[in-house]
Amino acid sequence: MKILADVLSATVVFAVPLLLVALGGMFSERSGIINIALEGIMIIGALCSCLVLKALDVSGFGPEHPYLGMSAAIFAAAVSGAVFSLLLAFASINLKADQTIGGTALNTLAPAFAIVLTWAIQGQGQTTILIPTWIRIGSAAADAGFLQRFVFKNLYLTTPLAIIILIASIIVLYKTRFGLRLRACGEHPSAADSVGINVYSMRYAGVVISGILGGIGGLSFTVAAGSGFQSDVAGYGFLALAVMIFGNWKPLNILGAALFFALFKVIGSYAGSIPFLPSFENVKSATYIYQMLPYIVTMIVLIFTSQKSRAPKAEGIPYDKGSR
Amino acid sequence: MIASVISILCGLIIGMILLFVFDADHAMYGMKSMLTAGLSTKAKFAKVLYQSAPLIMAGLSVGFAFKTGLFNIGATGQYTVGACAALIVGIVFQMPWWVALIASMVAGAVWGLFPGLFKAFFNVNEVITAIMFNWIGLFAVNLIFANTPSVLANYYGATNADRTAALESANPGAIIPKAGLDVLLESNYMNISIFIAIGFAIIMYVILNKTVFGYELKACGLNRNASEYAGIDSKRNIILSMVIAGALAGIGGGIYYLAGTGQYTIEKSLLAMGFNGIPVALLATSNPVGTILSAIFISYIQVGGDAMQPEFAKETIDIIIAVIIYLSAFSLLMKELITSVLSRKRRASATDSTDEGKEDKQK
Repeated sequence: MKILADVLSATVVFAVPLLLVALGGMFSERSGIINIALEGIMIIGALCSCLVLKALDVSGFGPEHPYLGMSAAIFAAAVSGAVFSLLLAFASINLKADQTIGGTALNTLAPAFAIVLTWAIQGQGQTTILIPTWIRIGSAAADAGFLQRFVFKNLYLTTPLAIIILIASIIVLYKTRFGLRLRACGEHPSAADSVGINVYSMRYAGVVISGILGGIGGLSFTVAAGSGFQSDVAGYGFLALAVMIFGNWKPLNILGAALFFALFKVIGSYAGSIPFLPSFENVKSATYIYQMLPYIVTMIVLIFTSQKSRAPKAEGIPYDKGSR
Repeated sequence: MIASVISILCGLIIGMILLFVFDADHAMYGMKSMLTAGLSTKAKFAKVLYQSAPLIMAGLSVGFAFKTGLFNIGATGQYTVGACAALIVGIVFQMPWWVALIASMVAGAVWGLFPGLFKAFFNVNEVITAIMFNWIGLFAVNLIFANTPSVLANYYGATNADRTAALESANPGAIIPKAGLDVLLESNYMNISIFIAIGFAIIMYVILNKTVFGYELKACGLNRNASEYAGIDSKRNIILSMVIAGALAGIGGGIYYLAGTGQYTIEKSLLAMGFNGIPVALLATSNPVGTILSAIFISYIQVGGDAMQPEFAKETIDIIIAVIIYLSAFSLLMKELITSVLSRKRRASATDSTDEGKEDKQK
């Protein structure tokens, strides 16, 4: 029972970054911009927010007001992610550059920038920014019950925030004028333009939202991973891209895909301590089998679901007013 | 070509500004070692060539897929399984180097086959399949190495069990021949791999530009529907293109680890070499011959980046590379803009009177 609570709790905490970043990618792609730079945006968000956390920890403000401190970090992550995503927006909207190339450039830039900046701040060779412990909300005692263990083993402010953002995303995308216009720009931008929607600013909005969510996602990955920020988010930006496609560019499906993927990922790392799983006695380093599992299962599921999958029609194509 | 050179210059200037911002005292020294280290000694130059061989292969892989309208982000996975196959064949089966290299090609091709199949038959975006298979490949390779005791270093008397055996002691026949180049450049890193890579670049150039098959592939990349209408089997072409791209990246992995100087360490994260194929291909605008130059350039400044340590992190180089890619993304557009402005001016001066008439109408 204890192990079940641990697995479920870890699943939630790892599903949060996937959910947030995939939702961000969804907003960007629904507006017509392929955002392959999510990985880089996550890194920048995590970098800035971890620097804020560190500064707050040193100044003593953080330990006294943990909620305010964490909120400040989330804010920093959102702002830095948004600013960084403007680089992608500028290249792909104003300059009509190839979106995959711009995104690849940002993915190369972000980790390098993070390492160089951490060196400059912390001194040569010190590439880890440690995150303080006060950001954790509550804690689970060793003899805690199932529910308490499930909720409080890994609870950070980012988890309730993710739930709020998910609900807000559904409302914004399907129930507001803005959402309708955004989706129109991703499906048929010239039609949207012909009825007076500014396609460029809609696409800017889509990319900046993905920057905000990607930045917060970077922070929530770093707190979930727990060992501090090492200029790296372990490929979660790309996984989020997969989760978004898996979730068919729809918020609730993305939630399902994120939980599904996180569950298999956690089973992979807890495999040794889950009693009913086969342990492959005669295979050395059998954990690799379980680490492969989430990727293989995703591929199998995709075979069955992807025939129905439908990407936004105009994604990846720069909008040129002159070609209307 | 001009566009690439302009982006490179801009990238270097921004890199220099960064160096001044972070440590003005050592900035000139850092810049100098970055730009000259690759040619400072024969051994350093050998290192440049040694690293550029797998880079060329990875760049060719990504560029070839680009030509068919596919984004091969899976080069790193194909590279990893290629390295694994080469080492197993070379060390466990004691085969000569060229057999091991063919094995790496086959393994890479198989890893490229998956994204192609999924794209053609199940409508799964090749990017997501390739990302998934990067990780599956990494863990599968780790699993294979961990369960093949005769490939590991400790089987041959070394102490570590987390890496493959040095080819020197396991099977010298599997080392790519040096053909006297190691003596010429005074470096153990040097072998004929750079010429193998250049050979493949030329083959790719011929396939893309001089054969019907290459024409069909490019047609598929430009417009899948139109090419299908013209009687081209686009499914077959997508699969073949990914298989060839995978084979190229696989050879890259083989070439690097069969040099006898590097041992494969069991990794927890994806190898950077395969990912670096993306900037190489972009800088070369996917042209196979341009890929040779851009790979040598990137390898050159990476060697320069190593020489900048410890004053500056070697990742400064990655920032410069990122700036170059970012600029090259819209450099083509800039060029078009300049030419269109120039031609408009010329037209304007030729037909001054009619232009005025047009303006009146618009009002």
